[in-house]
Amino acid sequence: MMNAISLGRMRDPAFTREVEERSGQDISTCYQCGNCTAGCPAGFVYDRQVNQIMRGVQLGLKEQVLKSNAVWFCLGCSMCSLRCPNNIDVARVMETLRHMARHEGDVTVPRVEKFWLSFLDTVRAFGRTWEIGTMALYMFRSLRLTTDLDLAPAALKRHKLPFIPKCAPDEGAAAAGRILARYKERARAKGVRP
Amino acid sequence: MKFAYYPGCSQEGSALDYGKSTGALCAALGIELAEIPGWSCCGSTPAHAVDTQLSAALCARNLDLAAREGADQVVTPCPSCLSNLRLAADRMKEPAFRKGVNELLDAPAAEVLPESTSVMQLIGRVYDADTLASRVKNPLSGIKLAAYYGCLMSRPADVMQFGDPENPTLMETLLSACGAEMVEFPLKTVCCGASFGIPERPLTARNSGRILELATRLGVDAIAVACPLCQMNLDLRQKQAAKAEDAHFHMPVLYFTQLMGLAMGIAPEHLGLDQLCVSAGPLLRKMDAARAAQSAKGTEAKGGKA
Ligand code: SF4
Ligand code: SF4
Repeated sequence: MMNAISLGRMRDPAFTREVEERSGQDISTCYQCGNCTAGCPAGFVYDRQVNQIMRGVQLGLKEQVLKSNAVWFCLGCSMCSLRCPNNIDVARVMETLRHMARHEGDVTVPRVEKFWLSFLDTVRAFGRTWEIGTMALYMFRSLRLTTDLDLAPAALKRHKLPFIPKCAPDEGAAAAGRILARYKERARAKGVRP
Repeated sequence: MKFAYYPGCSQEGSALDYGKSTGALCAALGIELAEIPGWSCCGSTPAHAVDTQLSAALCARNLDLAAREGADQVVTPCPSCLSNLRLAADRMKEPAFRKGVNELLDAPAAEVLPESTSVMQLIGRVYDADTLASRVKNPLSGIKLAAYYGCLMSRPADVMQFGDPENPTLMETLLSACGAEMVEFPLKTVCCGASFGIPERPLTARNSGRILELATRLGVDAIAVACPLCQMNLDLRQKQAAKAEDAHFHMPVLYFTQLMGLAMGIAPEHLGLDQLCVSAGPLLRKMDAARAAQSAKGTEAKGGKA
């Protein structure tokens, strides 16, 4: 048994407890029926299926779970939660894992995070999202400069992408900006990725 | 009951037509929508993907504004906004969570925050099928539709309270009252790929492709939707989806408010139909033809032989 993996050495029971606590879900009840995976619309791009993620959490395999691309590609559609026979809110577990991965600095699919941060930057600036602004920031951050260029003519022709952002009036933009600023400040004070 | 209207950001950008048609339809139905002054973004998916309290704070600011306007309910056309608003209001009932959210706000949010509902549910509450049918001026007869709800409208079931989370039927009720024929659509609550069209195109193209493929096979004249992101994925991104499915689609994707608006006799230009990427022209012509045939029958019945 020379190349047997020592599960014991990789297991981190504190990780299981932390996921359970933060998500409010009793993960020990998962009996690996696979219903969550069967209905998951994102499974075809996952490196580990959602039932495997659940098993990994049970076993305390922190590294494998938090570094999985599933944590980033999950669409948050809640089909898994709906179909779980043990009423585990699996989507909530996935979201919890996303938060934990970010806090650990494990960003396996950086472009997904870059897209989210670009979106939030426009909210901080204008109080409302601005599609062209989000796209420009995202292309700049990810250096994927041709993202969706094929859609631009149709979208622009139909006036679906305003060139000028709509600012939230009546102090709205500034107030939303302050929420995001306070959030960032608090995250930094806690030493986690904002 | 006083309703505060929360349009959501996409109503001013990629879903201008949803905003327009919602306004026109509600006006025609005598439902008054008073926009929340100075509303701001709910944070959508990116905010809750990053932090639950950040998302709740962005929502709570708007719920608080609505509360201060004396509103009992907030109404929004967008399922993503609705999901965030409802989740935030729910979680704010927990004191430790509320405290964390209040830290992010200019001032603590109102103790009692208004409930939120969708424009679709509001219409369904004000009008039963018969009353709605009696308001129809231009029935959608001869039109076959698939109702596609997307994933957020009905899930999580306990938060959204939208009936059967895998088989909601409100859109079918409203649109059949308007005269349309509704098909059974098994993919009605399967996710379209959400906002991943930008960072991971296959995720959206494959999922939207499946929906478009089934609708095409069922021979519907259009897909009826309620979500700006679903609409964008199925309409603007239709060619990307076709490529992923190795197929060719020509499937109009209309907001249910546009379809209901047509039935109420509102002119297409007031419903933003010109902003669809896949034209609704064939559908409009079909409606006209059905109406012409109907009135020809009517004249015949009256004994008039033209
Ligand atoms: S559906 Fe529930 S019990 Fe079944 S594998 Fe998934 S999480 Fe476990
Ligand atoms: S919420 Fe995530 S894991 Fe669950 S079914 Fe949807 S995409 Fe899959």
